[in-house]
Amino acid sequence: MSVTDAVACLADPPFPLYSRGNMSLSGREPRLFPHRHLLGIEGLSPDDILQLLDMAEEAVEVSRQVEKKKTTLRGRTQINLFFEASTRTQASFELAGKRLGADVMNMSVASSSIKKGETLIDTAMTLNAMRPDLIVVRHHAAGAVGLLARKVDCSVINAGDGAHEHPTQALLDALTIRRAKGRIRGLVVAICGDILHSRVARSNLILLNALGADVRVIGPTTLLPPGIENMGARVFTNMRDGLKDADIVMMLRLQRERMNGSFVPSVKEYFHYFGLDREKLSVAKPDALVMHPGPMNRGVEIASDIADGAQSLIREQVEMGVAVRMAVLEALSRHLPNAEGR
Amino acid sequence: MVRHRPTLIINAHLVDPETGREEKGALAIENGLIHEWGHAIDASAKPEGALVIDAKGRVLTPGLIDLRAFVGEPGAEHRESLASASRAAAAGGVTTVVCMPDTNPPVDDPAVVDYIIRRARDTAGVRLIPAAALTKGLHGKEMTEFGLLGAAGAIFFTDGARSVANAQVMRRAFTYARDFDALIVHHVEEPTLSIDGVMNEGELSSRLGLPGIPKAAETIMLERDLALVRLTGARYHAAMISCAESLEIIKRAKDEGLSITCGVSINNLALNENDIGSYRTFLKLSPPLRAEEDRRAMIEGVASGLIDVIVSDHNPQDVEAKRQPFIECADGAIGLETMLSVALRLVHNGDVTMPKLFRALSTTPADILGLPQGRLRKGTPADLILFDPDEPFILDPEKLHSRCKNTPFDGSRLQGRVHMTMVDGRIVQES
Repeated sequence: MSVTDAVACLADPPFPLYSRGNMSLSGREPRLFPHRHLLGIEGLSPDDILQLLDMAEEAVEVSRQVEKKKTTLRGRTQINLFFEASTRTQASFELAGKRLGADVMNMSVASSSIKKGETLIDTAMTLNAMRPDLIVVRHHAAGAVGLLARKVDCSVINAGDGAHEHPTQALLDALTIRRAKGRIRGLVVAICGDILHSRVARSNLILLNALGADVRVIGPTTLLPPGIENMGARVFTNMRDGLKDADIVMMLRLQRERMNGSFVPSVKEYFHYFGLDREKLSVAKPDALVMHPGPMNRGVEIASDIADGAQSLIREQVEMGVAVRMAVLEALSRHLPNAEGR
Repeated sequence: MVRHRPTLIINAHLVDPETGREEKGALAIENGLIHEWGHAIDASAKPEGALVIDAKGRVLTPGLIDLRAFVGEPGAEHRESLASASRAAAAGGVTTVVCMPDTNPPVDDPAVVDYIIRRARDTAGVRLIPAAALTKGLHGKEMTEFGLLGAAGAIFFTDGARSVANAQVMRRAFTYARDFDALIVHHVEEPTLSIDGVMNEGELSSRLGLPGIPKAAETIMLERDLALVRLTGARYHAAMISCAESLEIIKRAKDEGLSITCGVSINNLALNENDIGSYRTFLKLSPPLRAEEDRRAMIEGVASGLIDVIVSDHNPQDVEAKRQPFIECADGAIGLETMLSVALRLVHNGDVTMPKLFRALSTTPADILGLPQGRLRKGTPADLILFDPDEPFILDPEKLHSRCKNTPFDGSRLQGRVHMTMVDGRIVQES
């Protein structure tokens, strides 16, 4: 969405402003989030993004209290439907839902009927009949979450669909950056590694561009998607050139099956040219910060001392993950019927 | 009952794609063959007991001849039987359909050829002709019995939706086919390059996070095949090309005098990759929809005659095969019934003339197959259609005759409707 569209959107909100219902995290009467689902960063206006980040800031405070439980989603049912194995994203969504008071159910593919040949749509319809309020979905195929969202009545959150999008990851990255640097506009952010297969890179590219960062992508050309230069990124195939004067260095995971000759010749060569070590990081700004969506391959894309060092934001990212997911769950829940059934 | 009743079609707008002759008048049919036609025919001098059809000024042309349709019989009749394919074809003005060998069992045995011919004779109104597999089991390893399959009635040899990756196998097949003057039709796509791809490779595939199929997958295979044609002198037809680069390759080959032909899918003439939008699975096709420049190039190819034929690439897929994430769903779209209306867009847009369009839809396919129909010529079979090229309608998939409804033109505004389809001088469909 262009800036003009975003302004138009502000002037004439597509939905009436929220007037009653559950207390928000801050107790303020919030702007109604103008989307029923969160399927991607694409389609969100800068204002939508900022709204979620602001709500997440409040959620961080909640999570740092001794008493972490809120009642915003009390009585609501949240289903985490994971067709692809995930530890941290699923745990993060589960915790976020529970901290808001929702009843959270986890469903993973290994134990589900998908293995028995049930289609994605049948699974969606079955779950829909159980009347959940929110479904969090991860699927290995691009577009699958959007497909599922068209078949259910509740709100759907994309927790990663193939190589397409992973919006909550991009939001948590943005929150982490904003808290560490105080801003996003004008920062040089270098995204490094396997861009081709990365939904994290795609969502980040869209979000960071929307908020005015200067985005670069760095990787061997075999791991860069065609046309990436038209998607708001400057392209580098050399780490030292790409990291020069960077404020943020965002490393991506390289899948094991792509390391041995199919996309890059070996782990050794990959780490030599694209692994983040002290020497390569030294060309970035002295106060540059390092991020990684996890899980990390230490010694493949990132050296251990960098991952654990003073410039690393990796642990902070995990904390922000819970906060961002609380914000997203709450923002979408405002479309759910309220206590009076409206 | 008389086997063939003499018939006279009057008040017709006659278009003969073979000669380009176009005039208002009548056409007389005797014994299932075109007898004479033109403005000079005296409608009052009709023979005794003749059936007179008033065309009401509609266009009368030869029926369409489709070199590429997938029919599920035998083995997947729930997707399409010979009978349902025939009804769809008749409704769409297609009077001859070549059925691809990708059946279960595949058409790699003369008995299967014979089965299809007999079933088509008993259940179908239009002419359905089997193509046989180029390699046994469509596995791309060993050539089939070109002689026996051809003698049983297989019209050409192809591995249907699959490409033969092994150049040695292809060279031998080309060489051996020459002894039987057999035609080889090939889906030009280098499988090792397209293996994971589900759409055109480019910025859009990157945005959607979908693996792409580079144009080079097509050009590499096309160049290889043409090199083998130069080596062996085989009769060769590239089933479908999809990009401007392939058109250049075809042009060079034809300029050097190589006697080869090629086709294009109606989908690649009417749609481009942007139509995929938000993962619309009915637009997952092989070859994939390419960029708008490529679509324009394909239209120019038809207009210049570099592209010889237009095919429907009719490929019925049931709901289960298409109601899947884009990466996982099956390829293909139905097309027999919509091909003419969609192709008429080219005429309405002024890209090609009506006779030129019908050369690609009817005359040239007939010439490639060595069939007499596909033209308004005395003594050729009266496989004719009567249609109104301007009649507008909105496509409702539920009204289509195909057993599957996977049409990319769902809800599209189209122009041009068939009112009568005649095969062998007999009406097989009328509305």
